[in-house]
Amino acid sequence: MSETWIDAGAADRISLEDVAPFEHQGRQYALFRTADDRYFATDGLCTHEQVELADGFVSGTIIECPMHNGQFDFTTGEAKGAPACVNLATYPVKVEGGRLLVKLD
Amino acid sequence: MSAAFVSRDYSLVGPEAEKAVAAGLASAKWYSPPITRPELKELMRRDDGPAIRDTLIWFAALIVSGGLGFWLWGSWAAVPFFLVYGVLYGSASDSRWHECGHRTAFKTKWMNDAVYQIACFMILREPEIWRWSHTRHHTDTVIVGRDPEIITPRPPDVLSLFLNIFSLKNAVIFFRKVFLHAAGWLTEEETTFVPASERPKVYRTARIYLAIYALVIAACIYFRSIVPAMLVGLPSLYGAWLQLYFGCTQHLGLAEDVLDHRLNSRTVYMNPIFRFLYWNMNYHVEHHLFPLIPYHALPKLHAAIKADCPEPYPSTIAAYREIIPALARQLKDPTYYVRRELPEAARPAPFGLAPAKT
Repeated sequence: MSETWIDAGAADRISLEDVAPFEHQGRQYALFRTADDRYFATDGLCTHEQVELADGFVSGTIIECPMHNGQFDFTTGEAKGAPACVNLATYPVKVEGGRLLVKLD
Repeated sequence: MSAAFVSRDYSLVGPEAEKAVAAGLASAKWYSPPITRPELKELMRRDDGPAIRDTLIWFAALIVSGGLGFWLWGSWAAVPFFLVYGVLYGSASDSRWHECGHRTAFKTKWMNDAVYQIACFMILREPEIWRWSHTRHHTDTVIVGRDPEIITPRPPDVLSLFLNIFSLKNAVIFFRKVFLHAAGWLTEEETTFVPASERPKVYRTARIYLAIYALVIAACIYFRSIVPAMLVGLPSLYGAWLQLYFGCTQHLGLAEDVLDHRLNSRTVYMNPIFRFLYWNMNYHVEHHLFPLIPYHALPKLHAAIKADCPEPYPSTIAAYREIIPALARQLKDPTYYVRRELPEAARPAPFGLAPAKT
């Protein structure tokens, strides 16, 4: 299986402890930056009802879905609170030259 | 009644459910007002402080009013204390259930969950069932055949509304379901919104509820007094009137089947005591537009998006001046609803609003 690092834009476009959307080949992803400046990437839609997580709320390493408050740990993708019951897919992320790169299968 | 009107099926498993899906009204995209991400992020910020303060006041008021009612039991002097206790137990629990169900009241998760469990018991709502029911209410707000929390159909079920002044109909439904769940069953409707993985929790909670009520009944028999039930159980009934008074202002009489919360929800200004009891749920348009924003930040959100929303109602009385005539008219013409006017500066409702009925 080929693995490609995709340029997801300037790393600093995401503020500390926040989330931003990223679309690649018609698929939505969510990019996260923690308060201590670490980056993570997950699928962009909540596994409960396909709502865009980039409109949600980040607290620590938890993302809350904006519609129903379902919670995920975005560092692992684990569903942490109903109505989210199914885990999110996560993707490796690195920062090079100020650019955020996401490895998508 | 309008000759052309065909009565609609408000259940979640009837023909209206299929029609809502076919019409694109189920799990649809809803209107969202313009607000910047930094503003929204600031408003969504969680804080334990306001909810801890309000919860301590609430518990203290419950203990003082219940304690004095117990102390004065047997004399008329107990009545006002039980009236206060009942409202704190059977009505203020509604907003605590709601806010903690969204997990926005407190920053700390276990605090939300603990108050949620207590409030659920007080308001006669099984925690798992109502978490999922409310999830659907937010997905499909006042979409007929999809929303399990529509307070009354059209034409209005006036008898049920009157019975629920003291939560009588709700209590019958609640106990019927608690027995069903305790036996390890769900209703057909509940199977449409409670995932299989969550169902064992429903059954366990129902059994715990029945055990608590059995203990209360046993205490009443042992002490040969109704006082234990006046403190645990009955306040869900005799104190329910204010939650109905507040709850009817949320959506009643407004449009069904519109994908814009500005048109199917009301924001009603309330005095500080009401707002404490209702935890700012009077900002109901704002709550539906942004469910992640904690109750204590809703007044700020209201100010931020006011220009994009219909004029708020100046008081609950003003809201009822609209609601009661609307319900009376819906008895004769179930197609009637109150059409909310958006201000000129507001972005228009983007999705199919049914023609005005004035």
